[in-house]
Amino acid sequence: MRIKRAFRVWQRHFSVYTKLYKSSFALNFAEPILYLTAMGFGLGAFVTEIRGMPYINYIAPGIIASSSMFAAIYECTYGTFVRMAFQKTFDAILATPVGIDDLVAGEMMWGATKSILYGTTIIIVISLFGLVASPLIALVIPLLFVTGLIFAEISLIFVAKVPGIDSFNYFYTLFMTPMFLFSGIFFPIDTLPPAVAKIAFFTPLYHLVNICRAFALGNVAVWDIVWILVVAGLLAPYPFRLMRKRILK
Amino acid sequence: MDIIAAKGLVKEYGSFRAVDNIDFAISKGECFGFLGPNGAGKTTVMRIIHCFMPPTAGKVKVFDMDVTEKPSEIKACIGVMPQEVNLDPDLGVLENLIVYARYFDIPKKVSVPLAWELLDFVELREKSSAKIESLSGGMKHRLLLARSLVNSPDLLVLDEPTTGLDPHSRRAVWDKLNQLKAKGTTLLLTTHYMEEAERLCDRVAIMDTGKIVTIDSPQHLINIHGGNLEEVYLKITGRSLAD
Repeated sequence: MRIKRAFRVWQRHFSVYTKLYKSSFALNFAEPILYLTAMGFGLGAFVTEIRGMPYINYIAPGIIASSSMFAAIYECTYGTFVRMAFQKTFDAILATPVGIDDLVAGEMMWGATKSILYGTTIIIVISLFGLVASPLIALVIPLLFVTGLIFAEISLIFVAKVPGIDSFNYFYTLFMTPMFLFSGIFFPIDTLPPAVAKIAFFTPLYHLVNICRAFALGNVAVWDIVWILVVAGLLAPYPFRLMRKRILK
Repeated sequence: MDIIAAKGLVKEYGSFRAVDNIDFAISKGECFGFLGPNGAGKTTVMRIIHCFMPPTAGKVKVFDMDVTEKPSEIKACIGVMPQEVNLDPDLGVLENLIVYARYFDIPKKVSVPLAWELLDFVELREKSSAKIESLSGGMKHRLLLARSLVNSPDLLVLDEPTTGLDPHSRRAVWDKLNQLKAKGTTLLLTTHYMEEAERLCDRVAIMDTGKIVTIDSPQHLINIHGGNLEEVYLKITGRSLAD
């Protein structure tokens, strides 16, 4: 894999994104704001405080995490699959000096970039609403790239394995949605049965939520940062290996 | 010098042998055609030559470089016109060429004028900002041809360049290919149209179930076997191309 060739793939996605962002950006941005308003103000009227802070302040950093997760996962499941299987964009790209590994790396980098774009938007919005106590929150931005890579890696592993596009519903229902609900965004997971709380520890979103919440309060979640760096590295070989197999099939 | 040299080339998909121990060499400036029915192994040979997938056995050298060792270097000098339309539907006509040129590290100040020049060559200038989905089948094929030329390739690989086109569009593509040939570009194509082979190819390899049955010039084959190329094919393989 060569970064320059992977970057060519990234540039292709960026070119398309800058053409179409007006229609897609608003949607991705609207959904987290809906959650924030519905949960923060709606549920927040009953649950006035968690861990000594207003409910909406408690959930706001978690929305950074979930929004950036959704961005990378949608991009690298549905988006990648359409490019690979329906539009045959991969076949066209692979007839150029770009190789399969460069292509996979480009997909991952783009997924991680979208994590940054959407996460950063939420950081700006919740900061404007005064829901963040510390400017340290800005340090989350580079870490969103790391977790974006993890979500992209998991998504691409799935893309390499699925028989068809409908299979993504399993991925969303059995993996993404439970992660969204049980990663400590809306309530502390230590209120869950210990077994469920243990599962949460193994999900990247849980650690990203911890990181966002800690930075929002001016703290640093060192062990969560170590966790995401290690896992991003451990998963890295698999999308390359499995996508190569899928593309050459 | 041979632009392409293949020795003992084999490609297997599981237990199915798609290409069965073939040898061939193509020299500079030549137009070489692989002729055969669907499933004869033509597309597989093309895909190995443009480094999409590695051979199971045998050696293939393009520009004297091994396809398994220097794929990026080889691909940098090849233009590929695929059988299936794989233009980028998320981009417009002109953008398709500019973004494609970028994969070859061609900067915008070069690729933009080049893209216009190529649109002129394939007579699509007035469609420059059109969406891909709005183009007719013939226009899409012409754009694919233009796209395969963005890196000014020394070798153009064309996999059934006119399949599915109406006679008028087919002639338009042939016309462009003859112009490229006159400029010295080496052409390698697959086809199951005898007329296409007769009009374009200096030599043809007749393929059947993964093997090359014969390699010769279309005219010589006709002289030996009589009739037209269609009848030659029938005599050599014992079946018609439609099978």
